[in-house]
Amino acid sequence: MDYFLELFFGGLTRGSIYALIALGYTMVYGIIELINFAHGEIYMIGAFTALIAASALSLLGLNGPALLILAGLIAVIYSAAYGYTIEKVAYKPLRKAQRLSPLISAIGMSIFLQNYVLLAQTSDFLSFPTLVDEFAFMEPVSHIMRSSELLIVATTLVSTVLLTLFIKFSRMGKAMRATAQDKTMAMLLGININRVISVTFIIGSGLAAIGGVLISNHIGQINFYIGFIAGIKAFTAAVLGGIGSVPGAVLGGLILGWTESFATGYVSSDYEDVFAFGLLVFILIFRPAGILGRSTKDKV
Amino acid sequence: MKRIICILTGACFVLFSGAAMAEDAVKLGVPGAHSGDLASYGLPSAHAAKLVVDDINARGGVMGKKVVILQEDDQCKPEVAANVGTKLVSEKVDVVLGHICSGATKAAMNIYKDSGIITMSPSATNVELTKSGDYPNFFRTISPDDAQALLQVDFALNTLKVEKIAVIHDKGDYGKGIAEFAYGFIEERGAKPVLFEGITPGAVDYSAVVQKIKRSGAEAVIYGGYHPEAAKIVSGMKKKKMDTIFISDDGVRDETFIKVAGKYAEGVYATGPIDTTKSPMAVAAIEQHKKVYGAEPGAFYLNAYAAALCLLQAVDKAGSTEFDAIAEALRTNWFETPLGSISFDEKGDAKGIGFAVYQVQNGQYVEVGQ
Repeated sequence: MDYFLELFFGGLTRGSIYALIALGYTMVYGIIELINFAHGEIYMIGAFTALIAASALSLLGLNGPALLILAGLIAVIYSAAYGYTIEKVAYKPLRKAQRLSPLISAIGMSIFLQNYVLLAQTSDFLSFPTLVDEFAFMEPVSHIMRSSELLIVATTLVSTVLLTLFIKFSRMGKAMRATAQDKTMAMLLGININRVISVTFIIGSGLAAIGGVLISNHIGQINFYIGFIAGIKAFTAAVLGGIGSVPGAVLGGLILGWTESFATGYVSSDYEDVFAFGLLVFILIFRPAGILGRSTKDKV
Repeated sequence: MKRIICILTGACFVLFSGAAMAEDAVKLGVPGAHSGDLASYGLPSAHAAKLVVDDINARGGVMGKKVVILQEDDQCKPEVAANVGTKLVSEKVDVVLGHICSGATKAAMNIYKDSGIITMSPSATNVELTKSGDYPNFFRTISPDDAQALLQVDFALNTLKVEKIAVIHDKGDYGKGIAEFAYGFIEERGAKPVLFEGITPGAVDYSAVVQKIKRSGAEAVIYGGYHPEAAKIVSGMKKKKMDTIFISDDGVRDETFIKVAGKYAEGVYATGPIDTTKSPMAVAAIEQHKKVYGAEPGAFYLNAYAAALCLLQAVDKAGSTEFDAIAEALRTNWFETPLGSISFDEKGDAKGIGFAVYQVQNGQYVEVGQ
C-alpha cells in the first residue's frame, strides 16, 4: 500500500508540473489557436531567473522560504515579460497569416531562446539550492511525500482555482472567453483583443515560471535544455485533456503524471513514454478533441 | 599598369604558396562535442590536440611537415557526427582524433573506414567499436565499457560485499552498454541482479524509479549513463533517506556531478581511468593547459593528449599517411604518453591503461581500489 501511495504522490507531483505548463499552452490555443512551442523555454527561463535572483538575494541573508517566494516572484515577472514580448515580436505580425506561419515562428522562437540562454549563461548543468527545508509536520509521511512535492501540488491547486475564478468572474476573464468564442464579434463589441491576447500570454508565462521554480527547487538542477522535454510532455497533457480547456489541461497533466508513475512502478521505466503516448493515442481515438475538449465545427 | 601586374603576381604568389602549404601539411581532424550540454566532454580534447600540435610544430612537425587541425563540432549527436565525418573526409583529413561520444563515433566510423582514415578516440568506450572487428581503422586511448562493468561488479561483490544489486541505465549506447555487461557479470558471479531498468534522460524527475529501487531491496545500484541523470537519482535516493550504495561509470566521474549533486554526491562510487595525473609527463601536460587556458583541464584531457601524441608519432614513424603504414606503426611501437607507455592490440584497444574505482569524499573523487 505504501508503494502505491508513493507512486500516487510521485505521479501527482509530476502531473502538477505538467498541468502548470499545460495551462499556458491551452489558454493560448483557446484564444488564438496557436501552439506556442516557445512555452517550454519560458519555463526554463523562469528557473534560471529564480536561480540568479536567489543567489543575489541570499547575499541579503534572507531565509529559505522568503528567498523562494521573492525569487519566484521575480521569475514570474521576468518570464511574463518574456511571454509578452514573444507574442509581440513573433506572433502578432503573423496574426493574419496562414496558420502554419506562426507555428514555425514559435518553433524558431523556441530554438532561439534555448541557444540564447546557452550562450548568455552556460551549457553546464547548474545546481539549484534546496530553498525549503523539510516541514516538521511532514515528518511522519516524508517517505511518501516530501515538502517540496507538497509545495508543488498545493501551488498548482491554488493557481488553478485562482485562474478559474479569474476567467469566470473578472472583466478581463469574460473578455477572454468572448475572444476565444469569436474574435471578430468581440472586437465589434469593443473588446481590445490585443490586450486580451497579451494578458493571456502574461498569465500563461507566469504559470510556467512558477512550475520552473518549483521543479528546480524539487530536483536541484537546471540547464538550458530542461524546457524542451517538459514542454513536450505538457503539450501532450494539454492535448490529452482537450486543448483550449483549462480544467482539461489540469486533468490531462495529472493523468499523464500518474500514467508515467504507475507504468514505471508496476511495469518498467523502459516503457514510461510508451504508456504515456499510448494513452494519448487511445484517448484521441475515442475522444478526438481530448477528454474535456469540445468538438467544434470547423469555421468556414 | 605595371603596378597592377606587380600586385597581381604578388597576390598569385601568396595564393599559391598558401595552397602549397595546405597541401604539405598533415591534417589532424578533431571532431567532438564542442557545444551543447555535453561540451564539457569534448572541449578538453580539442584543447589537448591544440597543445600537442603546437608542440610538435615547434619541433619541426611530423615527416618535416606542419600539422594543422580541422576542428568540427558534432554535439555528441550521431546525425551531426555523420555530417562532420563527411566534411572532414572531403577536406582530405589524414588522421582523426575523435569522436568523443560512442554513439557519435559509431555513426561516423564507416565514413572514415571507407576512406581509409585512421581514427583514435580519447573517450568512446563502446565495446563493439573494437571487439566487433567492423572498424579496423578505429583505435582508442581508453578502456572499453566491459572493463568498467567488470570492475564495478567485482568491487561491489568482493570489496563492498553486497548481494543484491539493481542495474539502471539511461537507454543510450554508452549507459545501456555498461549496464548490460554489469548484468551479465553479476549473473556469472552467481549473485542476484534484482532490477534492470532504463530511464528516460531529461525526464522531469525520477521519483518512481527511486521508489522501485527501494522496493527491490537492492543494497547497491550500478548506474550506466551520464552525470545529469545520476545526480537526480542520487539526490532522490538520499532525500528519501535510502542508504543504497551508488556505483557508476566514467560518465559520472566528472567534476560537474559533484558540483550539481553537492552534498548528495558524498559516498558515490564511480569507475574511471587510472589516475596518471602524477606522472611527470601528465603534470607537464596539465601545467601547459593551465598556462594556455588558465584553468584545470576537464574530462578525457590526458587521453586526448595521449591519442594526439600516438597518432602524430605513428604518422612520423610510418613516414606516410597511408592506412596500413600508420596502423602497423601503432601496433608495433610503444608510445610515451601522459597515460604511461602504451601500444595498441589487433582490435585497436590500448595496451597499458586501465580503470580504477573512485569515491566522492569531501567533495572530491578519491581512488579507493583497482
